[in-house]
Amino acid sequence: MDTAYLIETVIKVVILLLVFSALAGIGTYFERKILAFMQRRLGPMNVGPYGLLQVAADGIKLFTKEDIIPANVVAPIFKIAPVITAATAFMAAAAIPFLPQFTLFGYTVHPIIADIDIGILYVLGVMAVGLYGPLLGGMASANKFSLLSAARAGAVFISYEVVSGLSALAPIMMVGSLSLVDFNNYQADGIGSWIVWSQPVAFILFWIAAFAETGRTPFHLIANDHEIIDGFGTEYSGMRWGLFFIGEYANMFFISFVIPILFLGGFGDGSVLGAFALLGKMSFFFFFFLWTRAAWPDVRPDQLMWLCWKVLMPIAVINVVITGLVMMF
Amino acid sequence: MNNEQFNNRNVSENGYFLLDIEDYPTDGWGKFQRVVKRTFRGELFVGLWVVLREMIKFDIHTISYPAEKMPIGPRYRGVHEMKRLWESDAERCIGCGLCEKICISDCIRMDTKIDENSRKEVSSYTINLGRCIFCGYCAEVCPELAITHGGEYEIAADQRASFIDYDHMLTPIDTMKANAQKEFEGFGAITPNEDAGVKKSPLSY
Repeated sequence: MDTAYLIETVIKVVILLLVFSALAGIGTYFERKILAFMQRRLGPMNVGPYGLLQVAADGIKLFTKEDIIPANVVAPIFKIAPVITAATAFMAAAAIPFLPQFTLFGYTVHPIIADIDIGILYVLGVMAVGLYGPLLGGMASANKFSLLSAARAGAVFISYEVVSGLSALAPIMMVGSLSLVDFNNYQADGIGSWIVWSQPVAFILFWIAAFAETGRTPFHLIANDHEIIDGFGTEYSGMRWGLFFIGEYANMFFISFVIPILFLGGFGDGSVLGAFALLGKMSFFFFFFLWTRAAWPDVRPDQLMWLCWKVLMPIAVINVVITGLVMMF
Repeated sequence: MNNEQFNNRNVSENGYFLLDIEDYPTDGWGKFQRVVKRTFRGELFVGLWVVLREMIKFDIHTISYPAEKMPIGPRYRGVHEMKRLWESDAERCIGCGLCEKICISDCIRMDTKIDENSRKEVSSYTINLGRCIFCGYCAEVCPELAITHGGEYEIAADQRASFIDYDHMLTPIDTMKANAQKEFEGFGAITPNEDAGVKKSPLSY
């Protein structure tokens, strides 16, 4: 491994961490503002112009709050759980091509940390490992509501891994590769070549599964809204709670990158326009996460399981079979 | 923002109607049919459109409270005020003590004395706002329309007992000179057509 590659990778990792940690914070600002506008409110207005510095105020608050480890919790697991959520969210980003490659001062930069051959498998797999954050956090919390929430989070995440995996399988069969860069190149010939036209069902299923895997409304069951507490995060305070939050928002951003790359052409032919198109698509999917939160109610846990196992998974399997038949003949 | 929209309490005129709700399905097939129907009827997009429409219209109903305030009704019973006479700018209170007597939460204390012109004068007058329930009886019973309610409602205090005294409540003389004293329109005040409603006493026939 040569030194230049090592330095380049470290710089990319640092930039990715900084940009998406900041974006996670700004994402909360956008969420509050957009939700407020949709509900005819103003949202944060007092800290800074139009409440822009609210993010900084929240950050300072989270960093300076006391880090409480309650009695009776399993301290090592309780402490490590939020780190798992945040870390797996950022680890998943390693295989995502955020922008087309560009040349900076005569040096070609690939805005992807590791173009591994199993990109989509890696992304989905590492995001699935993120399940251990809520699960262990809730189980270690010595709080029955945290435990209930952890059980629900486990059920939701594992169930919807099936849907997202099966729905991603059909495009994978078409592209013949697991690398997200190959996915992008497969669709580089313009809008007509987007996978969404040949795999609309897989697109919808993957999108629905993305809501479950990021734990967003209408599948926001991991936080016990109906019990008026914060689910597995009930016993957490300060920055440990904040790590759960950063993980959730980073996950939203990354899945908003993955969906367009899988189904909507990614950055296309790699031009500047294509790069902006990817950012625009990502913004739409992120906005849609907030949009649904304002518009739709949560479903019940049993409805969620019913939807997953009796509706979405059969449709996904049928979709895979039909794709296979079409490709065979 | 005006008060009219809050004053119309007649719900039947406001477009209320009963929802036409179907019976819930009981068997699995019925539930499945309902899901399919709901999936392809696009109900979810109606919800999405409604919130997006509200965002685009940007019809914000927030009142940024400390900076701007809701208009309050003229009959609102806020912190008490002592009015002055329009003719002479003198205090209206004649020290009769009726407000102290009628106060059901016993929060008004007053002392009177005879001044140099042999008129009764209020020497001390306090209302404990911590006890006051703002029922409005004092304003209603006052024969001179002297003690009334005002519009001030920001009276959070760090102690239970929070007294205001006579000088505090009295309309400042500057306000009086500027003809800016506001009459209370609520409980105990003179109604607009009071003169027409007065019956003549036998003596005037």
